[in-house]
Amino acid sequence: MATTTTKTETFVGKRVRRREDPRLITGTATYVEDIQMPGMHYAVILRSPHAAARIRSIKAKQAEAAPGVVCVFTGKDTKGVGVVPCGIAMPDLRVPQHNILATDRVYFVGHPVAVVVARDRYLARDAAELIEVDYDILPAVADPEKALTKGAPAVHPQWPDNIAFTYHQDGGNVDKVFAEADVVVKQRIVSQRLVPMAMETRGVVAEWRGADRQLNLYTSTQIPHLVRTLVAGMLGLEENRTRVIAPEVGGGFGSKLNVYAEEALMGFVSMRIQKPVKWIESRRENFTCTTHGRGHVDYYEIAAKRDGTILGIKLKLIQDVGAYHQLLTPLIPQLSVLMMPGLYNTQNIRADIVGVFTNCVPTDAYRGAGRPEATHGIERMVDILAAELKMDPAQIRLKNFVTKDKFPYATATGLMYDSGDYAAPLKKALDLVGYVKLRQEQADLRKQGKYMGIGISTYGEICAIGPSPATPAGGWESATVKIEPSGKITILTGACPHGQGEETTFAQIAADELGVGLDDILVTRGDTAVVQYGIGTFGSRATAVGGTALYYALQDLKAKIKKFGAMLLESDDVTLVGGQVVCDKTGKAKPLREIAGASYRALKLPPNTEPGLIATRFWEPPNFTFPFGAHIVVTDIDSETGQIKVRRYVAVDDCGNILNPLIVDGQVHGGVAQGLGQALWEQAVYDDNGQLITGELTDYALPRAHLMPWIESHHTCTPSPVNPLGVKGVGEAGTIGCSPAVVNSAVDALSPLGVRHIDMPLTPEKIWKLLAKKN
Amino acid sequence: MIAQKFEYTAPKSLDEALHLLSSGAKPLAGGMSLIPMMKLRLAVPEHLVDLRALKDLNYIREAGGQLHIGATASHYEIESSALLRQKCPLLTETAASIGDVQVRNMGTIGGSVAHADPAADYPAALAALEAKFVLKGAKAERTVSAADFFVDAFSTALQPGEILREVIVPIDDARTGTSYKKMVQPASGFAIVGVAARVRQNAGKVSFVRLGITGLSNHAYRATAAEKALEGKPATPNDIQNAAALVTQGVDANSDLHASADYRRHLAVVHAARAIGTAISRIA
Ligand SMILES: Cc1cc2nc3c(=O)[nH]c(=O)nc-3n(C[C@H](O)[C@H](O)[C@H](O)COP(=O)(O)OP(=O)(O)OC[C@H]3O[C@@H](n4cnc5c(N)ncnc54)[C@H](O)[C@@H]3O)c2cc1C
Repeated sequence: MATTTTKTETFVGKRVRRREDPRLITGTATYVEDIQMPGMHYAVILRSPHAAARIRSIKAKQAEAAPGVVCVFTGKDTKGVGVVPCGIAMPDLRVPQHNILATDRVYFVGHPVAVVVARDRYLARDAAELIEVDYDILPAVADPEKALTKGAPAVHPQWPDNIAFTYHQDGGNVDKVFAEADVVVKQRIVSQRLVPMAMETRGVVAEWRGADRQLNLYTSTQIPHLVRTLVAGMLGLEENRTRVIAPEVGGGFGSKLNVYAEEALMGFVSMRIQKPVKWIESRRENFTCTTHGRGHVDYYEIAAKRDGTILGIKLKLIQDVGAYHQLLTPLIPQLSVLMMPGLYNTQNIRADIVGVFTNCVPTDAYRGAGRPEATHGIERMVDILAAELKMDPAQIRLKNFVTKDKFPYATATGLMYDSGDYAAPLKKALDLVGYVKLRQEQADLRKQGKYMGIGISTYGEICAIGPSPATPAGGWESATVKIEPSGKITILTGACPHGQGEETTFAQIAADELGVGLDDILVTRGDTAVVQYGIGTFGSRATAVGGTALYYALQDLKAKIKKFGAMLLESDDVTLVGGQVVCDKTGKAKPLREIAGASYRALKLPPNTEPGLIATRFWEPPNFTFPFGAHIVVTDIDSETGQIKVRRYVAVDDCGNILNPLIVDGQVHGGVAQGLGQALWEQAVYDDNGQLITGELTDYALPRAHLMPWIESHHTCTPSPVNPLGVKGVGEAGTIGCSPAVVNSAVDALSPLGVRHIDMPLTPEKIWKLLAKKN
Repeated sequence: MIAQKFEYTAPKSLDEALHLLSSGAKPLAGGMSLIPMMKLRLAVPEHLVDLRALKDLNYIREAGGQLHIGATASHYEIESSALLRQKCPLLTETAASIGDVQVRNMGTIGGSVAHADPAADYPAALAALEAKFVLKGAKAERTVSAADFFVDAFSTALQPGEILREVIVPIDDARTGTSYKKMVQPASGFAIVGVAARVRQNAGKVSFVRLGITGLSNHAYRATAAEKALEGKPATPNDIQNAAALVTQGVDANSDLHASADYRRHLAVVHAARAIGTAISRIA
């Protein structure tokens, strides 16, 4: 018979290996693409090759008659399906009608126009070529600043100014401090458009079971419950008869924090053909129909006193929206504004956002979602200010940090920073990197005509998203813990972690609370028919919010376990320890297995107690959490080629309590990789006709393992008072801290040439041009 | 990313392969260039003949004082060949700089040169080595020089129905040093610019120099003006710089997203100087 091991060994805080890895490493995980069903059909989507065009006609006869083809659907057929939802409500938000298939017009390259369904995916792909679409090509605009100019092509003809929304935030007295300031520095800073590039592209399997009026939808998503609610709504289905399953998800980074046309479209197709249907996004499609990230043009101004005291910050933020709003598109730049003051003590803030339609793929969340852009802005500006005032970049930061005694700290943007000691990670990073010595080395190298730079970024971020009133869909999270009759433990998390490591950290939390071994615990996620409603994994929330729900569910269960233990031991004075309930007086003990068995067998029950051991909690967080840290990057620049080499990368992150240092390291490494990607290599480049010219991995330069520097990952620990675990979140920290540190480093290296700012990515050619100017 | 329907044959003999090729089939080697194009439907061959099924096209051997490399020798086999390391280190160094491990395991020298991507690495080395290419058709076999083989971007001296059977490179003596220097295009791994240098010294002077350039223009070439400028010189840093400055002479430089024509030209000069310097430092 199965037994539950009882242990006094604890797991929280230890480098426990990830329990999800064996199946990932051995290639035995089940992704959407791995799902096979009897009678399965395959869909291929025909997409617009033009960024803007009227559709004169679509002729699908030949495709319909092609071998193996069951049917072809176009926008006419799907008119009854609801629109792709935008989850954000705000005044003056212009929301274009976003049909799941184009009807009379296409708005970006990649816009879905028709779907071919065949019994074999090769035949479907062949048939797609036989569809004749007669396009009347229209002028397009891909650059958000150009889109704002008079006479630019209108993306949506009903809004000739291309303005999707505006948003204004004001705090303190900006005009006064700018008028009184000793110095004001200004800079235009671009956070270029990026392609999130999950290793697994998107994919959907839809299985309509007509007799049960039930739709089973397998989709690679970060938010299965929200997809269920919204797709059921689009298709007019009953939510309880719509089951969404997120099987293994091979990366999302925000690009799968969405509800996509294809999810509803596959449901529609399966209902029409009464057969299961599969669509797997190609890499090419992933480039042109899955959301992009960033896409900011920011105009910053900082006012300061001569001694370096920051007085106020102004920001005009131009957000490239793309052709439509996806689920959270208009929210992302608002997160940038919230994070605008960074770690600095200033109450005078003014921000104006203009969201701009372009004939491009919509932008939405991408790792950090708004916070990397904000951090890049403020951290570049602080360096520019330091240069202007001839101050050391570390000193100016230390001078302006919100100090340790000020927490909780209310920002001018309406946030309440929970806890912090911002000087601690910076001082630690300066020590670790050997800052003073490096500055001496830099001075020596400069004499030899060599360019070495030291770049500092001190970032803050908003994690544990978030209190429901501040989020579009509810910001709580849920957990159920079931102790089975054999004493084995099942955790159902509503957070739907997908590779971040919660299958391990949640087991660690439960193992310590209950005093059992990790192998007694299974963490389940991702199936709306199995797991109670939940929100999802994004915004570094799964552990801080979902883990807290789990923690409280465990407290409920512990109380119940003790009741049953007390009954079995016939004593009121009992303790739950090491996986058993022990009588304080006699020392007699009942193991969890026996208690669980008794609770289900129910021959006898404690007073006012129901049988079984199961608890569910929905936890509503009272606040966000605010991790912070300091990254220092040392770079050497090849003065002949302009190539940048990262010599040192020191990251000191404070994410509150650390449940598993191994997993935290992994999150930091992955985050830094993506930050370096933005700083050095990646860019989604559209030409003037709205063609994505970096639409292949041979042109879109992703960070690769062999391009990574050694990342020296360290921590300080300032627990969060927001949740009982004291955790803050670390999923995005690496990305947020990274890009300004890299750019600051390159600018620092080239500062003898009078260089003040360089926009990302820092391609060797850009650097070479700056070097060449000198000569 | 789904290819059109095609037929596939693993031929039993070179004759069978050549017969199929003469009736319109296309050779498949490592598939590292061809298959991505097929997936994007930029190439739609109806029939593929898998040259890797022919074991007698896969060899690296020394014969008649030269090195013979079969068309299907993989980048990895070339990179790790003890024979080449000793007798033609320029080729092992070049092979090691190609793409990533997976690509080097699959890709072949024959496929690379037949494909003739203007940014491919081998062509620089093969130009500097004055390699010979043995081309075989159903009826005849002929040998062409590197200078004649690379005609234009994605275009070679290969005629329809012909395959590249082997590449022949010379064995240099110990007074020769070689080097391949490359500016990597970070997305693809290909060369934005690559320069292969082969330098011999005699009595403190450069007695022989060959420079092969890839990536700069539509096809790899030998920078003869730069070679001439260096020959007979003691190869001081100044000599090297002056010679390197000539590698772009008369060349129409490419420009794309990854590098403008000016930057490419500049990189060619920088990498030529570095390749020459390193080659000289390697002379035994
Ligand atoms: C991710 C990636 C990175 C890469 N990076 C680099 C790089 O850094 N440097 C570099 O140089 N290359 C790079 N390549 C290209 C790689 O080297 C390919 O292997 C090579 O270009 C083609 O060789 P293959 O054997 O794969 O040929 P295939 O793809 O099979 O064939 C290519 C073409 O040559 C023809 N062909 C093949 N063999 C013969 C023959 N013997 N005779 C006549 N015709 C023939 C085929 O019909 C086809 O037209 C990269 C490729 C990839 C996918």
